[in-house]
Amino acid sequence: MSSIERFQNPGLPEHVHRKADTDPKAAKRAEQQVAILFLLSALGTVGTIAAYIYIRSDLYVYIPILGSTNVQQMSLGIGLTVATLCIGLGAIQWAKKLMPDTEVIQERHELRSEDQDRADFVETFKERGGEAGIARRPLIKRTLGIALGVVGLSPLVLLRDLGPMPKKYFETTNWTAGTRLVLDPGGAYIKPSDLEVGAVAQVLPELPKGTERTLENVGKDAVLLIRLRPEDFNLDAERLSWTYNGIIAFSKICTHMGCAVALYEQQTHHLLCPCHQSTFDVTRAAKVVFGPAARPLPQLAISVDAGGYLVAKQGFTVPVGPSYWERNSSNG
Amino acid sequence: MKRSEKAIGSVANYVDERTGAAKWLKKNLTKVFPDHWSFMLGEICLYSFIILLLSGTFLTFWFDPSQRDVVYNGAYSPLSGVSMSSAYASTLHISFDVRGGLLMRQIHHWAALIFMAAIVAHLFRVFFTGAFRKPREFNWIIGIGLLTFGIVEGFLGYSLPDDLLSGTGIRIAEAIIQALPVVGSYLAFFAFGGPFPGTAFIPRIFIVHVLILPGLFLALITIHLMLVWYQKHTQFPGPGRTEKNVVGYPLMPVYMAKAGGFFFIVFSVTAFLGAVASINPIWLYGPYTPGQISAGSQPDWYMGWLDGLVRMAPPLETHAFGHTISWNILLPGLILPGILFTGMALYPFIESWVTGDKREHHLLDRPRNAPNRTALGAMSIAFMIISLVNGGNDIIATHFHLTINGIMWFTRIGLFIVPPIVFIITKRICLSLQRADRDLVLHGKETGRLVMLPSGEMVEVHEQLTDAQKWTLTQHQQPDALPAPLPESATRGLKGKLRKRMNQAHAIQIPAPTLSELKELDHH
Repeated sequence: MSSIERFQNPGLPEHVHRKADTDPKAAKRAEQQVAILFLLSALGTVGTIAAYIYIRSDLYVYIPILGSTNVQQMSLGIGLTVATLCIGLGAIQWAKKLMPDTEVIQERHELRSEDQDRADFVETFKERGGEAGIARRPLIKRTLGIALGVVGLSPLVLLRDLGPMPKKYFETTNWTAGTRLVLDPGGAYIKPSDLEVGAVAQVLPELPKGTERTLENVGKDAVLLIRLRPEDFNLDAERLSWTYNGIIAFSKICTHMGCAVALYEQQTHHLLCPCHQSTFDVTRAAKVVFGPAARPLPQLAISVDAGGYLVAKQGFTVPVGPSYWERNSSNG
Repeated sequence: MKRSEKAIGSVANYVDERTGAAKWLKKNLTKVFPDHWSFMLGEICLYSFIILLLSGTFLTFWFDPSQRDVVYNGAYSPLSGVSMSSAYASTLHISFDVRGGLLMRQIHHWAALIFMAAIVAHLFRVFFTGAFRKPREFNWIIGIGLLTFGIVEGFLGYSLPDDLLSGTGIRIAEAIIQALPVVGSYLAFFAFGGPFPGTAFIPRIFIVHVLILPGLFLALITIHLMLVWYQKHTQFPGPGRTEKNVVGYPLMPVYMAKAGGFFFIVFSVTAFLGAVASINPIWLYGPYTPGQISAGSQPDWYMGWLDGLVRMAPPLETHAFGHTISWNILLPGLILPGILFTGMALYPFIESWVTGDKREHHLLDRPRNAPNRTALGAMSIAFMIISLVNGGNDIIATHFHLTINGIMWFTRIGLFIVPPIVFIITKRICLSLQRADRDLVLHGKETGRLVMLPSGEMVEVHEQLTDAQKWTLTQHQQPDALPAPLPESATRGLKGKLRKRMNQAHAIQIPAPTLSELKELDHH
């Protein structure tokens, strides 16, 4: 076993000359190819500038597969493509055909320093460290430790004003007892008769006069109104009393990650969130039937007021939207 | 002397007298780089980064990173009179009113996709060939850092236009921050300057996207390249190549021309895609509002696997003592990716601990010759692909007429079952390839020429490989040549047993044929 012969490294293979190395005609041809490519590139640049100046920027054409395309943008892009591609191809053709292609061997140097240098470094480091006397003066060492340990706190503290404290923000919405439902978009009041069975509407709470609706409001207040046949519901007495003539209302903000739960499937009465496919069963108070959401969409109790318009009976009984640390989820 | 030569001489003189750079330059102009197509992957990363800097700078001249409300009245008439953020309006302005603006936006987006794809491909190349081994561990970690920051940078970039799709992405990011135990709601309020969406977020991520992260990229890429330069590039095994040399072509002129030319080719590819392939047509999505959403909401591909993990997470929350922990967000969104990326960053150290190999390596492994590593890599890719499939489950469901629920359950189960199967199969394939190499060296190539012997027997003529080919197929390290099998003391205890088990798994190899064996065969 000891005399096993392994294959030996045969060394660099012999260099094979290219045609252009030996045949001046081939070399001349390669030179011309490179030159033509560089000229084409310059033409591409000229074309790009011409497209910028002469093509109207509101000109569109229909191109199969690509669809409706802006002629100027596309011409600029194609011009730029030609201009850059030909420089690239030219340079590489030049390197491959005309520049020397003999493989060269270079030795690697060892990365580690000489033992002596390393030892010297460690020695110097210790010696200089000793001069500072950090080991001999523990008081300085410890107090420096404290100072360096806390100095980073000030920039952190200075960042405090990045935003206000959340306080009770996540727990509140603009829905209160008697708030009228208004259509979004539009802002019109809604009567139960406006919704046919199977219909869906996005609604928002009517805000007090003079208050402007912000995106932050919408992100918490958005509610979906869905009308079913009353016999389709599978709810307990309390939740059934939160509906009105087959109309049921849920927060539209997903309890998983806050996307708008916008897809309603009429046949199965399922609401689907397009972000992560959490699926909620409308007939069973938006119980999660599939996907990563852990809690049902909060239901809004609705009724009609003296004018016959839909109103909220009360605000949401649980916070809407995704979970957070302070959320008390024991009651839903 | 010609005038131009004289000019070069005097410039060199002027600069050298002030910097002393001539000596260093003289040595490095002829620095040798080994040649292989897969070494271009890292170049694509660098060049697409430069394209991102150029096209991104162009976009900042018109982009207004502000969530101030404006009423749109630009060239795109379907959105005329619609109230939207200034960020969205200025993105529309770039797309429809600035000549070449749409082209630059699309070049920027395509270059970002190529940048990420090239980073991942480059990572695969480095992993499967063992290029991360000593002394290149630092560069591996820097690479993992660049990949991580690249994902963040890409996400922030496509969030900036503040359209309905990207706003939805930000909403999800906010929910992840909000889900952090104890500090979540505070951090969310600090990050967004108050309640979501607020008006602070776009300006804040803008400065991170155009200054802080690109600065970090520049610094890390510089160190990455300096290390490549200083440690010299790895090379594939072959005739004349050893652990102690570099075989290839000199920087000047061959590599300057090739690399410089390749930059322009990468540029031309992004320009072509930007010219003909529409990407992120934000005008179709409309401005962001938290109450609306578009069906089939998808992140860019490098976020897709994360989104897929989040989609397949079980609906798990802990409710106790008046507090809520969302495992359905934390587990797939933070904990699992955290473990994966940490494991990836530590892999060079894990492998060297398992094998006990502390030597320098400059010759690359052929992936088949490191079956365990290759199988691990294939297994990780399988994991990512299954997550990615689930990230596009809605699109796949509509295209192939499948149910989302079916795909979700397939990936939920597949995530645990498929990667181990891929591991086993890959390892088997590697060993089979080693056997094939062995046969090739010992018995030569099949020529397809049949010869009839005087006895009437038909045999196929086999042609011996060249010495160079034989060397390439047999030069790799054999397990018995690994430095000292683990000492007894290193295999005690649970950690020791684990190490021993992994060490053995790593050492499974088909013995490379030797010259002795070949000679013996020739005797018969």
